[in-house]
Amino acid sequence: MNLTTKSLLLLGALALAACNNPRAGGTFGGGGADGFGGTGGGYGTGISTGELGDPNDPRSIAHFNQRIGDRVFFTVDSSSLTPEGRETLNAQARWLNANPQYAIVVEGHADERGTREYNVALGERRANAVLQYLVSQGVSAGRMRTVSYGKERPVEACAAQRCWDINRRSVTVISGGLTG
Amino acid sequence: MRRFSQILPLIALTLATVFAGFAPVQAQPLRLQITEGVIDPMPIAVPAFVAEDNGGTRYTDGLARVVAANLTGTGLFREVPPQAHIARITSFDAGIGFADWRAINVQALITGAVSVSGNRMNVKFRVYDVVSGQQLGQGLQFAGTVNDWRRMAHKVSDAVYTRITGEDGYFDSRVVFVAESGPRDNRAKRLAIMDQDGENVEYLTDGRTLVIAPRMSPTGDRVVYTSYESGSPRIVLLNLASGQRQMVGDQPGAMTFSPRFAPDGQSLVYSLARGGNTDLYRMDLRGGQQQQLTNSPAIATAPSFSPDGRFIAFESDRSGTSQIYVMPATGGEARRISFGQGRYSTPVWSPRGDLIAFTKSNAGRFHIGVMRTDGSEERLLTASFLDEGPTWAPNGRVVMFTREAQGGDPSLFSVDITGRNLRRVPTQGPASDPAWGPLRP
Repeated sequence: MNLTTKSLLLLGALALAACNNPRAGGTFGGGGADGFGGTGGGYGTGISTGELGDPNDPRSIAHFNQRIGDRVFFTVDSSSLTPEGRETLNAQARWLNANPQYAIVVEGHADERGTREYNVALGERRANAVLQYLVSQGVSAGRMRTVSYGKERPVEACAAQRCWDINRRSVTVISGGLTG
Repeated sequence: MRRFSQILPLIALTLATVFAGFAPVQAQPLRLQITEGVIDPMPIAVPAFVAEDNGGTRYTDGLARVVAANLTGTGLFREVPPQAHIARITSFDAGIGFADWRAINVQALITGAVSVSGNRMNVKFRVYDVVSGQQLGQGLQFAGTVNDWRRMAHKVSDAVYTRITGEDGYFDSRVVFVAESGPRDNRAKRLAIMDQDGENVEYLTDGRTLVIAPRMSPTGDRVVYTSYESGSPRIVLLNLASGQRQMVGDQPGAMTFSPRFAPDGQSLVYSLARGGNTDLYRMDLRGGQQQQLTNSPAIATAPSFSPDGRFIAFESDRSGTSQIYVMPATGGEARRISFGQGRYSTPVWSPRGDLIAFTKSNAGRFHIGVMRTDGSEERLLTASFLDEGPTWAPNGRVVMFTREAQGGDPSLFSVDITGRNLRRVPTQGPASDPAWGPLRP
């Protein structure tokens, strides 16, 4: 299996799994629509969910996404990690260090209560804060890249504080295998 | 990107005076001083244009309606509708019975004529000051193709606007914007271009790739925007005539966004984010050389040149919150110019050079505002749940922006710099990020 195929399978599995988790839906839908690595639109049908694994299996991506938590949240205009965020990232780092075969994309997002371009910059700052923290916890920087979506990919758009709070986030996306 | 080839080629509209021997323009009694703000719109009449041949008959009403819509859309004029007219204009060259127009309180009368030969069209017009019974300036005619009949009506509108207000018009211009569709958490965004009145929409991208914040070049021949087609924000330069697209300014491991053209169209200023920091860069579009303009641990984005090319206004949160700064276009010391309550974003220099339009957020509300280029005389033009991203009409009298109602879809609005005449710009679906291009030649 070559790298591309494997990546497609992983992404497909994640996309399907995201159906179980409405908060993840936007993230992966966003990645696909934006043509991540040229795979946009090419996955999602007829692909086994097997590689996602059982969330009870601590080595599974499902475990990472659902039990550890793939995201941390930020306060308004801030890229500082909260104590809860650090805890999540500590657990993410342990998992990533135990599963070195995966590459990682750290997405940075902003709520809709700012202007579009500032939010792209702010999302980059948040994604970088997470990346730097994961590096400090031993995750190799070479496995990671960041992308900012600004306010373009809200988890939920309800024009209320409840949604803005969950949209100001970073999402650690297990993006595919490092090796074919 | 399949439709690029269909973008209208630039069609030269020829402009010539009709009856060059007409009496010279005299001291003009009909004058709207719009800098003072107009409370009572000037009543105008725009009767159907006169068909000078059979081919022209199908355009007589349309031309007059577009002219009337343009002028009344400024808020400076109101139309006395054709049903109220007493006189009929049946000949472009016959004398005007001014008493019939005075009787219905018309102050400015616009008459026109149209003839068609094959796919070529000729449109003429005159403006009359009804009160003094004088023609205002000389008649003009425009020649072009029938497909461009709306453009000719826009040309007439621009000329009439200029005659009466003494300022340049903005009707024969286009707006590039982002057409949105699909669910809010996974929006499809397509780059699109339309006439300033919302007509003649053309899609420039297909919606599979997220695109944001386009800007038009000073001559309207190119668009620069931010695209996620590589999986990360990158600047793309699009040639409207050829449809050719080119990624520009990308550097390994960096995100690039928020581009804007220099007034000479030969360079871009933009944001480059890397390692948690966003600074401004400038790139020469001919040679590709890149120059870093800011070097601050804070965010610097949304840059905009002064029309003389000497300065760049931009947004930075180096003070702790977003504020507007001005620096020399080559970089160097930046001076903060916004000091009011709240956060200030997206400064855009007026094409006249006298004002900077901006987005302000304060106390849970968003505003479009203008201030002088030293930050003085701040004036908020709008207030809503979310207003952002002003762009100037080519004459510097009107700004267009994105408005998003609470829980609703975004759409385009325009407002006069006096704060009057807030209007929704018609688009077929949700729309955002307008960028107004220049008056077309």
